[in-house]
Amino acid sequence: MAEAMTAPRMAAAGTAMLEIRGLEAWYGESHVLHGVGLDIRQGEVVTLLGRNGAGKTSTLRAIMGLVGRRSGSIRFEGKELIAARPDLIARAGIAYCPEERGIFASLDVTENLLLPPVIAPGGLSLDEIYTLFPNLKERARSQGTKLSGGEQQMLAIARILRTGARLLLLDEPSEGLAPVIVQQIGAMIREIKQRGFTVLLVEQNFRFAQTVADRHYVMEHGKVVDMVANEDLAASMDRLHDYLGV
Amino acid sequence: MLEDLLFNLQLVALGISNGAFYAMLSLGLAVIFGMLNVINFAHGAQFMMGAFVAWLLLTQLGIGYWPSLLLSPLIVGLVGVAMERLMIARLYKLDHLYGLLLTFGCALVIEGLFRNIFGSSGQRYSAPREFQALDLEFGDFFMPGYRVWVLIAGTTICIATWLVIEKTKVGSYLRAAVERPQLVQAFGINVPLMMTLTYGAGVALAALAGVLAAPVYSVHPAMGANFIITVFAVVVIGGMGSILGAIVTGFLLGFVQGVTDVVYSEASQTVVFVIMAIVLLTRPAGLFGRA
Ligand SMILES: Nc1ncnc2c1ncn2[C@@H]1O[C@H](COP(=O)(O)OP(=O)(O)O)[C@@H](O)[C@H]1O
Ligand SMILES: [Mg+2]
Repeated sequence: MAEAMTAPRMAAAGTAMLEIRGLEAWYGESHVLHGVGLDIRQGEVVTLLGRNGAGKTSTLRAIMGLVGRRSGSIRFEGKELIAARPDLIARAGIAYCPEERGIFASLDVTENLLLPPVIAPGGLSLDEIYTLFPNLKERARSQGTKLSGGEQQMLAIARILRTGARLLLLDEPSEGLAPVIVQQIGAMIREIKQRGFTVLLVEQNFRFAQTVADRHYVMEHGKVVDMVANEDLAASMDRLHDYLGV
Repeated sequence: MLEDLLFNLQLVALGISNGAFYAMLSLGLAVIFGMLNVINFAHGAQFMMGAFVAWLLLTQLGIGYWPSLLLSPLIVGLVGVAMERLMIARLYKLDHLYGLLLTFGCALVIEGLFRNIFGSSGQRYSAPREFQALDLEFGDFFMPGYRVWVLIAGTTICIATWLVIEKTKVGSYLRAAVERPQLVQAFGINVPLMMTLTYGAGVALAALAGVLAAPVYSVHPAMGANFIITVFAVVVIGGMGSILGAIVTGFLLGFVQGVTDVVYSEASQTVVFVIMAIVLLTRPAGLFGRA
């Protein structure tokens, strides 16, 4: 919590690193995002909260260009990405860690770790990664999917820290993990924030979210319906309980 | 007695060297299927094109066997790249039955074209004389040097392909993209380009097998069609998409055909299909496939 207090206040910042306006997305015929709007400034950790099916995962996938069709505007560091291919979006500096983690069974741990190509300088070195995640070094030759759930989550995040991407999209990294591991993941997110990464974090667990984030967006039915600064979270509990149904 | 044994050994050795062709062709099919999810029915036609291009290079331009071993796969591989870009890539969003139908149609068109231009009789393509140095002969056992070369070359090509896929960076992209193409693309890798190049490489592999086959079988438009039926049986037995399965099963079935030739030669062409039926009934995913 102490870390969150040192975060830049909303008013203190300049223009946004990521600026999303009127984002709509479809999977085939099914229309899942209905005009999402949000901003993230350089260096912030921002969460997307919302119930199951609210459209959080779809928002991340739409940012990466992984939905069937999308419209609206996604500006990243001044560049419009709404029509770009996923590989070019990645090369613009955005990295994605999917909800299902996406560890490859036919690759060993090291191959999984080294898979995403370096797209810009400024990523963590392999040594720094191994310092942050010592388990990955010990299990270097294991098949990726033989790791425990927590280790797989660490691997899924570690591999996108190397690439030099500046904005990380993390989809529910705490999901399904034991409390100890969730704490480790929280510490790790605070650590990467320290190192200057910007993070858009999808969460359902706002107790976890409030330990890492500067601001929270709330999604419902494919739209962003509210925004709460982390320091106002306590005062907004009733509202959040309503949104999240907890 | 010993003479019989040696003669029988010769049949088995020839079988294994046929197995090298099965292995190379089913390997290409497995690579293409893994990456593109397309059952490439044009594989036989592309094998035939490889042999024909070698023959054309020799008869039209005087370019011999060794350069053809490189040039023909390159040329036919580029034809494959064009086929993927212009046609196959448009079907990825549909059921993979459509890819199968398209490539089957392409095979018929290609074979028809070659039959129109070159007729259906075979063209002779002789191996360079230096292969005679590899002739293996003891008593009634005789294996032509070129067959020995096919065995060496085929084995080397299969092992090299396997090493590239299993042990290199490019191979790790390939394996990852087989599992989750979207995520790999979201890491910044141009997956559509990878698919094009993979198809080109698979086709080039078929063409390379075609050049190797040219001196063994006569070069004619139906040479691929004859071969590919057996190769598809190999693929089904090995398990669709398994790289190692394709290689091992290819050599194994060549060996089995050779042994059958010794024991009951009438069955040597059908034994593969009998095995295929048994495998389909007992292990539908194939010997090396994951259910
Ligand atoms: N691949 C898909 N095809 C069709 N509909 C989908 C697909 N993925 C998600 N949806 C639908 O989109 C909506 C939003 O889902 P999602 O973004 O996964 O929500 P969240 O991550 O907030 O739980 C849900 O109604 C879900 O059923
Ligand atoms: Mg989700």
